[in-house]
Parts: sequence; structure tokens; C-alpha cells
Amino acid sequence: MMRGGPPAAHLPVIDPETAAFWAGARDHRFLVRHCNACGRKHFYPRHYCPHCWSENCEWRPSSGRGRLYSYTVIHETDVPAFRERLPYIVALVDLEEGVRVVSNVVECTPEIVHVGMPVEVVFEHLSDEITLPQFRPRQS
Amino acid sequence: MATRVCIVGVGESEFGDMPDRSALQLHQQAARAALQEAGLRPGDVDALFSCGADGMHPLLVAEYLGLRPTYVDGTQVGGASWEFFVEHAVGALEAGLCEVALLVYGNTARSDVRRRLHGPEGAHSARGPAQFEAPFGLTLAGRYALVARRHMHEYGTTARQLAAVAVAANRWAQLNPRAFHHGHPLTVEAALASRMIADPLREADCCLRTDGGGAVVLTTAERARDLRCRPVHVLGTGEAVSHLHLAQWHDMPDLVARRSGQRAFGRAGIAPNDVDVLAVYDAFTILVLLTLEALGFCEPGASGPFVESGALGPGGALPTNTDGGGLASNHPGMRGLFLLIEAARQLRGECGPRQVPDARIAVCNGTGGYLSACGTVVLGA
Repeated sequence: MMRGGPPAAHLPVIDPETAAFWAGARDHRFLVRHCNACGRKHFYPRHYCPHCWSENCEWRPSSGRGRLYSYTVIHETDVPAFRERLPYIVALVDLEEGVRVVSNVVECTPEIVHVGMPVEVVFEHLSDEITLPQFRPRQS
Repeated sequence: MATRVCIVGVGESEFGDMPDRSALQLHQQAARAALQEAGLRPGDVDALFSCGADGMHPLLVAEYLGLRPTYVDGTQVGGASWEFFVEHAVGALEAGLCEVALLVYGNTARSDVRRRLHGPEGAHSARGPAQFEAPFGLTLAGRYALVARRHMHEYGTTARQLAAVAVAANRWAQLNPRAFHHGHPLTVEAALASRMIADPLREADCCLRTDGGGAVVLTTAERARDLRCRPVHVLGTGEAVSHLHLAQWHDMPDLVARRSGQRAFGRAGIAPNDVDVLAVYDAFTILVLLTLEALGFCEPGASGPFVESGALGPGGALPTNTDGGGLASNHPGMRGLFLLIEAARQLRGECGPRQVPDARIAVCNGTGGYLSACGTVVLGA
């Protein structure tokens, strides 16, 4: 499920605020932004802290572990490259660091996926530039 | 204190399935109908409110309609834009910046898919924040499905309760000859047997895709006294936004209508139990449940049993989407304007077999984006 990567039009377009994240993903690290002023983390990455507007932020590796806040099993799409993979799972993952991300759940079936499921990050190499973080079930 | 602004005309274009009409043509058909109702001429319009998928949409519409407005608003917050426009028009009319405001929309969403002008999902960019969402194949229905699944997890909401929303809309559509699903009744069992789109949402949980246009004319209460149409009073308005990308909606599934509704109900001086008719954006059935809770018609988590009791349908405790809604009447790309049109007609007592007896107070709640933006309008007869 979800092997082979998204179609070209859906591949991330890397920009200055996100380049370090995708560099981390190439090294199989899931980086989040940490604010040195208020101590909170955020994702998606911004140059500043959206909680307190400090610009004193840095990249920190996350554990890559989290739980499903919610999920859906997609049965229909009009994007041909995604259609080939139906059905596939899209989830909101709450990482242990307190940020929420959208991703796929792989190595998992619609029968066992559930809200609260413990998951861990896995990385799918798509190109020299893009390695895509996805999640798979883990033992809690 | 209620506003000093009234709706003095509403109108619709032809709608349904119209492969030989352009979107701009539908704008004009609807605008003509609304202005005729008001007894106003195009030259009387000095304020234009419109948006579409393209940039500079108000310029395109003004030019096509031959209007030269001196007050223009093209706020684009998806399907809620027309409830936002009402709030903005109230501000402009009360401030004396304009006298006659035209809200107008038209779209050939249904025919465009057939012409392959765009896919049902439209185009998704993978630039900016979307680079963290687009690669994972999250569809429009999938976004609503994520919210529905979470609501089920937190509150025990069931697929059968979601189906009850679709069935209530369909029952209203059987009373509305213009509704797309008029003559096509739906049962809960049929809804639950319809094909899965994005689990837990099935085909019956998803709105229609139709062609159509609509228009609403607003002016001051003073000016309304000289016009032909029975005025509908704008009692209160409110608007609020929370996010664009779903992972940034930190209080999900608490819809931001909680904030827009408090502002609108507060200005109107009403409470939920004062409401005779409700018109809410129903892109997907789950959105109706979230809106009922956010506007205070139900406690958080109580909307499922409420809709399962039949409250939304004909003869129910809270008549909702009495034209059949986006689920069963019409949904041309964005639907916010049609909430206002049906509510105004109910308050004028013109709805025939689907008329809610003695309707005095109506509430419209538009939701746009990805459950991102809500505009609430309270109307009074």
C-alpha cells in the first residue's frame, strides 16, 4: 500500500523554510521546529514560532513515534497515480513532541487501523531530493 | 441591536445539468431575477460582492454584467464567502458607503467535469504548507472523513446517524420540484449501502455537483420601504476562520461556527431555541453535525442522536435545509449563497409544500475551505 510515491504534481516543492526538513528526511530523521523562547514545538516548519512569534527557533529531531488522532481509508480519487493504490490510509498523526502531521499509514490494513493506534515513522525514498516520511504500526 | 439592512431580492439561474450555459451567463440570469424581485435596475447597483475560482473575479463579473460599482468585495473563503459578504455589506450599507449591494455567483461545476476542464477534486498544489499534505493522496472527501472518524471516536457517532442527515435533506427535496434529487427518494438503508468514498463517508454522505447561479440584493431598511419586495431583515452576522490545512485545526472537531455563531446570535439578540428555520452548509453529512453543535443547537457529541430522531426533516423540531440542501437540491461548486436564498423565501412564506409554518427567524451558516471558515447570518421576517 502506497508504494511508488505520489505523482509528480503532488511531490513536495522544497522552499527555503522547508529545505532543512527534507534534508533531514533524506537522512531518515523527522525534524520539527523548537522555539527557544517559549519552549513549544511546531509543524509545518516556519522561520518563526507561531505560538509566540519569536524568531529564535531551531530544528530538533523528533522520536518519530506517535498515535493516530484520526484516519480515513480512501476508496476513490480522481488522481490516476493514487488510484492505482486504492484503498490506502491517510491519517492525522500526533507525534510525541506534540505536533500533528498528515501522512499515510503503511504496512497496515483497513481492518486493524484505529484511532489511537501507536505508529512510528518510516521513510520512502522517491528521488534524490525527496524522501517521504510515512508511518507504520508499532508495539506500544 | 439588529442591523438596519434588509434582503430585498433573491434569484436563481436555471440549474441542474446545463452543458450549454457559461458560468457568467448563470451570474447574469440570477442577478436579473434578484433585481426584478426588488424592483431595481442594474444601474441601481453600486456595490458588488462576488468570488470564484479565478483571481480578480469581481472585475470579471462587473465587466460581464455591465456594472460600474463603487464598492467591491471579492473575499474568497470558499463556500462561506456569501455569509461573509452579508456581514461586509451590512458594514458598508450602515456606513453609507453604498446603497444597493448585489451578491452574485454562478458555476458550471457539473458540466466542467464532463468537459474535462477539471477533475472532481480540482488541482492541488504541493507548494508552501501544502507540501506537507499533497503527497499523501488526501482527497476532499478524505478531509471530511478524518473529521467524521474523530467525531465517531470521541462521541460514538454512527454511520446511521450520518445517513439520517442525508435522508432528511432528501425528504425536503421531494417537496421541492427544483431539487436535483426530486423524485429520487433515499432511505437510510440505501444510504448505508451506497459506495464507500472515504471511510466512513459514503456516496450518500457527499453533496451533489450541479450547475447553477444565485443572487441576493441587500439595501438599507429605509430604502427597502420604497421597493416592491417584502424585506427580510438581517438581524445579526458573524464570521470567523480557524485554519486552512487540516493538521492546523487545533480544536478539531469543534467547528469555528462556535465563534461566528456567538457573534451573529449576540447581535440579533436570539438563542438557538428562537430559530424556526436553519440553513447550513452540507458539503458532507458530518458538517451538519458539527454545525449543530457549534451553533449551540446540540451539546458537543449530542448531534448524532438529535438528527437520528428526525429533527432536521419535514415536521421535525428544527427544519434544516428545506430546499434539500447541497446533499439533495443543488451544489454548484460553492453553496453559501443558496442558504440565504432559501432562508429568505421561507421567511417570506413562499415555499409551498415545504413551507415551515409561521417562520419568523432563520439562521444561515456557511462553511468554507476545509472546515476552515464560517459565516453566520440571522434573518428575520
